Amino acid sequence: MTNSTLSVQSLTKRFKGNIAVDRVSFELKPGERVALLGHNGAGKTTLFKMVLGFLRRDSGDVSVLGCAPGSNPARQGTAYLPESVAFSSALTGEEVIRFYARLKGEPSARSLELLEQVGLADASKRRVGTYSKGMRQRLGLAQALIGNPKLVLLDEPTTGLDPISRQNVYQLIGEIAQKGATVLLSSHALTELEARTDRILILSKGQLVADDELGKLRAQAGLPIRLKVWTKPGAAQEVAAQLGAGRMNGRSVELDCGTDDKVRKLSAISALGNLVEDVDVHPPSLDDVYRHFSNTVQKEA
Amino acid sequence: MVSRILTIAQQELRIGIRNRWILLATLILAFFSLALALLGSAPAGTLGVDRLTITVASLASLSVYLVPLIALLLAFDAVCGEIERGTLLMTFSCPISRTEFLLGKTIGHTLVLTIALVAGYGLTAAVLLTMGTGSLSGLADFARLVATSVLLGICFLAIGYVLSSLTRQLGTAAAAAIAAWLLFVVLYDLALLGALVANPSGFFASHVFPYAILLNPADAFRLFNLAALGASDLVGGMSGVSETLPFDPTLAFISLLAFAAIVLTASAILIRRITP
Repeated sequence: MTNSTLSVQSLTKRFKGNIAVDRVSFELKPGERVALLGHNGAGKTTLFKMVLGFLRRDSGDVSVLGCAPGSNPARQGTAYLPESVAFSSALTGEEVIRFYARLKGEPSARSLELLEQVGLADASKRRVGTYSKGMRQRLGLAQALIGNPKLVLLDEPTTGLDPISRQNVYQLIGEIAQKGATVLLSSHALTELEARTDRILILSKGQLVADDELGKLRAQAGLPIRLKVWTKPGAAQEVAAQLGAGRMNGRSVELDCGTDDKVRKLSAISALGNLVEDVDVHPPSLDDVYRHFSNTVQKEA
Repeated sequence: MVSRILTIAQQELRIGIRNRWILLATLILAFFSLALALLGSAPAGTLGVDRLTITVASLASLSVYLVPLIALLLAFDAVCGEIERGTLLMTFSCPISRTEFLLGKTIGHTLVLTIALVAGYGLTAAVLLTMGTGSLSGLADFARLVATSVLLGICFLAIGYVLSSLTRQLGTAAAAAIAAWLLFVVLYDLALLGALVANPSGFFASHVFPYAILLNPADAFRLFNLAALGASDLVGGMSGVSETLPFDPTLAFISLLAFAAIVLTASAILIRRITP
């Protein structure tokens, strides 16, 4: 057996003839932060539920910490935060953490320190009903950290959070991974993931269409860099003619170029002198890369 | 294992206290039982029977209506409500078995019900005792009433868990719980009564009817309590209940126990099959 935290081999799940997860395979190593991307209904939650042992797989194999999904050793080493969880609003944050610590058989004193770690120490005696959405999500994360799990599954942990709460969540995820836990988080908010995950899995219509680091995915996609040249009033046509190509857009000209071509294009632009007022360089964003990979599957289908 | 069961039970009890469920149930039970004790039995005051015992007879009828309702309202949320809120996913991702979860819920809800019954009915008993109209022998009847009410409650908690495991939406589970209450507490009796009136001396009346009463926990509860009251012939037209039965009234008690065990087992099987 390898030392992977989670190993998924050609996992397949059908719902009444609909394929939800289609021959998906991947391995997660300790300490990795992995993002699972996919549109709504791509099969992310179904995949999670199979890893947790809630759903039976139709074919393929899953191994969590070397054990069967849903078995006691697998559950002991795994933590899970479902999408949009609503804790009983009558309980306090401290009581929620105590409850899950006792279910996991962990000392509650150490688990209560987690509330401090997620910044809820002051609110720990308040009822969950009075918490903001960000605070509830952090409480959920604290729950997921009880007992130093080896595999942490987070289903859309940042949905509906403001940018600062989102940053808090990613900071916490970084801290968890530093302790050696594997974090697998699903998301459809793509741009926020840049530089916050080690690896990206893209699920589209149940199929795994990409599994790599973001930089390599960018290279694989081979998407052009977009240059936007702002011209002096009335000079757009001339600039477009001089650069040989491009879409005109009132006072600007847009053109695409490859990575190797970028510097040559830029010097051609600067050679135009005072016809040009400004240049914007847009490397392909994660959104573009994601769209590229999801579209290839849809075209094939 | 025990600690996980108790964790769930304690959580339910705490929620019951926090959202004032216990308080509400206690107030309802206290209000109706006091009304029955102080107003309802006034005409029976001269019968020479312990007032407490007479009150127990009317409270048995009250329990038949209120206890199933309270139990179903406690239980219908247990599974599908937690699915809707997403908390069941989290709970089941912890190393706890489904049966442990169900047992914890049952214990917690039973405690909620017990507290409400003891406090609500206890208040009535205390009022009667301090007024000097009850004796200590009546207290035994009272204790039996509370204990069997708890058992009746467990039967309907189990029905609630079954309904909650079978439905995916909280609204559907609530509607199903109300329908179950109507069926077991109101319609079942009406149907039996109708059949009895149609043919008062036939095969149904003598051979089917008594056993049909045993099958419904609400009827079995009432039968056992009224039969167990020695003074039943003095209480509101229930003369000689036990003499007319083709079986020992304890069978009604056993039937309650069996019903609770069977339906709880059924809900344990159902809860194993659900995908949270």
